[in-house]
Amino acid sequence: MTDLTALSIAEARDALARKDFTAVELTEAYLAAMAAARPLNAYVLETPERARLMAAASDARRASGEVGALEGIPLGVKDLYCTEGVRTTACSRILDDFTPPYESTVTTNLWADGAVMLGKLNCDEFAMGSSNETSAFGDVINPWRRKRPDGSIDPTPLVPGGSSGGSSAAVAAHLAAGATGTDTGGSIRQPAAFTGTVGIKPTYGRCSRWGIVAFASSLDQAGPFARTVRDAAILLKSFASVDPKDTTSVDLPVPDYESAVGRSIRGKVIGIPKEYRVDGMPEEIEALWRQGIDWLKAAGAEIREISLPHTKYALPAYYIVAPAEASSNLARYDGIRYGLRVTGDDITDTYERTRAAGFGSEVRRRIMIGTYVLSAGYYDAYYVRAQKVRTLIKRDFDIAFAAGVDAVLTPATPSSAFGIGEKSGGDPVEMYLNDIFTVTVNMAGLPGMSVPAGLDAKGLPLGLQLIGRPFDEETLFQVAEVIEQAAGRFTPDKWW
Amino acid sequence: MSVDRSTVVRVAHLARIRVADEEVDKLQGELNSILGFVEQLAELDVSDVEPLTSIVPIAMKKRTDVVTDGGIPQKVTMNAPLAEDDFFVVPKVVE
Repeated sequence: MTDLTALSIAEARDALARKDFTAVELTEAYLAAMAAARPLNAYVLETPERARLMAAASDARRASGEVGALEGIPLGVKDLYCTEGVRTTACSRILDDFTPPYESTVTTNLWADGAVMLGKLNCDEFAMGSSNETSAFGDVINPWRRKRPDGSIDPTPLVPGGSSGGSSAAVAAHLAAGATGTDTGGSIRQPAAFTGTVGIKPTYGRCSRWGIVAFASSLDQAGPFARTVRDAAILLKSFASVDPKDTTSVDLPVPDYESAVGRSIRGKVIGIPKEYRVDGMPEEIEALWRQGIDWLKAAGAEIREISLPHTKYALPAYYIVAPAEASSNLARYDGIRYGLRVTGDDITDTYERTRAAGFGSEVRRRIMIGTYVLSAGYYDAYYVRAQKVRTLIKRDFDIAFAAGVDAVLTPATPSSAFGIGEKSGGDPVEMYLNDIFTVTVNMAGLPGMSVPAGLDAKGLPLGLQLIGRPFDEETLFQVAEVIEQAAGRFTPDKWW
Repeated sequence: MSVDRSTVVRVAHLARIRVADEEVDKLQGELNSILGFVEQLAELDVSDVEPLTSIVPIAMKKRTDVVTDGGIPQKVTMNAPLAEDDFFVVPKVVE
């Protein structure tokens, strides 16, 4: 039998329907691949018993004629999603061995559609990071490695991007058919670009945030990782729902995203924002962008230069808004109701010792920035100003869309994957600059997608980003499919 | 704007995070690096701009103010570091 883990979700779905193999066999193939890939550190908790039970139940459903949209498809879950009876930590020490007595809405949807849970995936602590180097469970290793000019392999371990680094590495290395991620400033799209996978952050409000550990509530959004555009469309259909438990969940029907895949883009207007040409951007990224433009033009799209003048202010505004919201959200970790407790002399001392021991340095830094910008005397100068800048960023996009632009094409990241430790030195801002192309999308609440578009001279994957109108994920899938058809798919050589 | 040592200590206390003396200098440098980075927002004239308070233009959903959940004290306290008879056990807070 061919390697079952090499199949896309669509291929596995069709093969399961033909009874070429069972969900149990498919799940066993993934469990074996996971066991052989522990050096990548993609999973923080493997759940083989549960996976086998879910797969057997899926086979039983299929035998009785009941087949869900993800029937028998094995998925990994970012450890930010609460999973009933399965330890959920946000990859932070402060949650200790927290075991939720409830299930997040998104994962509830996935299991209801027949998917199988393989385990919980590593991520940056509380999703704060762009390299998966802030996890309490240690770094995730990118399955991709650099090639030297002579073609030999450079064994330097590379980051898989972040914060959803376990998700991107697992999908790229065929340790899950697909995975859940969350994206607050680029945490799905940047790791997707670094691993040659497809990642989509849907419009704010498209997927329920209920049961997902909160980082910055006005920016957080759930979304899938997959190996193909079609697979991402299949997954998003199950992710998305209208949920009374999340008041920001928008009351709109969920389209059949898969039917958009393969639809012609003739006549679609693709905006090319000149502000995304940043100083010091590698020529390879520029060339990739031009290549993407040519592909879309060849497919009949109209290319239009546009201006998003407030782009450069998105990242600084983000580093006020996101930490402010985080400082408020993370106030709940007090050592009283769940997670770690370090007992002190009195209640305040207990809080302070617990939080000092439980939070890693990046999380602590962001809580303190957030606390500072919200503190008396600074609120207007920082927080209110940042929220006003956010209005300007959103307005830039509103103007472009009102002028007829259907989607915006940009690079996904300013570089390919970098080495572990290369950017985690003294200045936190250096790491933050990774999200320069992705963060505007969160600030404006728009859907954004990263699709693999090529390899750089070092043999590492690069992605292009598509940004769409609110709730028009279908156009993104439509356009992304054209890029995937032209660029092909990218799989790392197995070395682990 | 930049923060001095005493501000770092005050903010850490507001955030209820214990910071050792020897960590203050490093934190001060990091916080000032971030504050220096966000300083560029001051270039923009935002006097006539409304702050963005809702990213999706919809009215917030409301529901009748009734109890929809409850009666599960064991589930509520099951993850507590210290619990007794369905109550959280906390350090003494009232003298």
